[in-house]
Amino acid sequence: MDTRDAPPRKILIHRHSLAVRLTHWVNVLCLTFLLLSGLQIFMAHPALYWGQYGANNDPSVLSIGAEQDGDGMRGVTRVGGLAFTTTGVLGVSNVDGVQRARTFPDWLTLPSYRDLATGRRWHFFFAWLLVINGLVYLLYGLFAGHFRRDLLPEGRELTPSHLGHEIADHARLRFPKGEAARRYNSLQKLAYLGVIFVLLPLMVATGLTMSPGMDAALPWLVDLFGGRQSARTLHFVAASLLVAFVIVHLAMVVLSGPFNNLRSMITGRYAITPEDQRS
Amino acid sequence: MTRLITRRGLLRASFAAAGGLVLAGCDQLDALSQNQSVTDVLQSAEWLTMKSQRALQGRDALAREFTEADMSPVFRSNGTSMPEGEAYARLIETGFSDWQLKVDGQVSQPLSLSLADLKAMPARTQITRHDCVEGWSAIGKWTGVPLAAILAKAQPTAAARYVVFHCADEYEPGSGAYYESIDFVDAYHPQTILAYGMNGNDLPVAHGAPLRLRVERQLGYKQAKYIMRVELVDSFARLGGGQGGFWPDRGYEWYAGI
Repeated sequence: MDTRDAPPRKILIHRHSLAVRLTHWVNVLCLTFLLLSGLQIFMAHPALYWGQYGANNDPSVLSIGAEQDGDGMRGVTRVGGLAFTTTGVLGVSNVDGVQRARTFPDWLTLPSYRDLATGRRWHFFFAWLLVINGLVYLLYGLFAGHFRRDLLPEGRELTPSHLGHEIADHARLRFPKGEAARRYNSLQKLAYLGVIFVLLPLMVATGLTMSPGMDAALPWLVDLFGGRQSARTLHFVAASLLVAFVIVHLAMVVLSGPFNNLRSMITGRYAITPEDQRS
Repeated sequence: MTRLITRRGLLRASFAAAGGLVLAGCDQLDALSQNQSVTDVLQSAEWLTMKSQRALQGRDALAREFTEADMSPVFRSNGTSMPEGEAYARLIETGFSDWQLKVDGQVSQPLSLSLADLKAMPARTQITRHDCVEGWSAIGKWTGVPLAAILAKAQPTAAARYVVFHCADEYEPGSGAYYESIDFVDAYHPQTILAYGMNGNDLPVAHGAPLRLRVERQLGYKQAKYIMRVELVDSFARLGGGQGGFWPDRGYEWYAGI
């Protein structure tokens, strides 16, 4: 029998159900393809407008383009009345040392070369998959108690002092330990709820509003967003917020124990160290 | 502090690894994009989209109609804005007085209609939003003959399933004449018109004079311009690239409701 000082005993708990794990990874796949193909589609008309209509002669709220700059080109991104030089990333890309007019660098679009038709094919296929996957997840969340049990914050979690405390802890990269690590913390709950019930439905609804067929079927969609071009702009804003969420989400996964987190989203099992055992 | 640094190192390493995967993935994804079986699978979504939209729309759900105050100050032209060739140049010179719309194919009564004939028929005017596949929209006013009225004269045979629009323009030299097709659900839709007027004037050349299609629940590339002939067919497999339209032949959806 081993009598040496044992390291803190870890126990594996069941963290994520099979339904959550499956829908999570299908979602990862969908959002990856939707983002890359969405950027391809955006390249066909790299400007955003507000209202019912919007085209080249109308004022845009955002535009990405290339402008002549001496012998070379300059990538220019305009937001409202402001112009930013974004050569190398937006508007102008460096391809093997040669400047090329391109809204996004080729590694950010699907396919990497300009092809609107193929971009649309990828986009709509994965849009359908995202919606079906989302419905499966919503049904599971409602009927298996996942939302109530795992995501609904308790009243005390929403007090300013509690949230302030958690924000300070996150900023110092101090993550919940022991029993507290069994459950999502309140910032996690709020972030996940925001993605599940605000951002992803907003993506789907604004996406559908861009469809002339859907606008005939469900005219309130256009009214909800104040026009097809407003919906297109909101589609872009919501996509950017999703990207921001994924960046923070990945950073948190890595900073709070990448192996443990990844294992829990693959096998469902998550290691925690019960508090009385910690040295 | 040491722990922090290793964590940062780890973070950097994983981002580098993810970046590497993305770069390696680009070529793979381009190859998948060109793979026919992958394309077939992805294209299955088009069928799903069409069936769902048609189920939600019913036959006659209308596209929104706007007021004059909502119209785009400038309605940009897209695709061809001036068809090449002497035949079309002569049509412009004579103010389209010699132009005749042919209606043939699977019909009991082939027709040949002048612009005056069309203008003598009951007209419909609608202010609608034009949505380009590229992403922009413009609102304009269209006046023309409901396609249903022309079909009523021509009497499609029992075999007819699609209405094909043959155009005067070649999008690119040598690409073959532009064409598009719609099925009977859209052909008999009350807002589907053959427009000879735009924003209160004759249809300008840049927008498809003398006659263009408006099929308001679909994207811009379905709105064929410079229409010379309307042909009813049982299948569009023998036309052009076989996909039912100039852009569908080039990988775009035949059903352009999204």
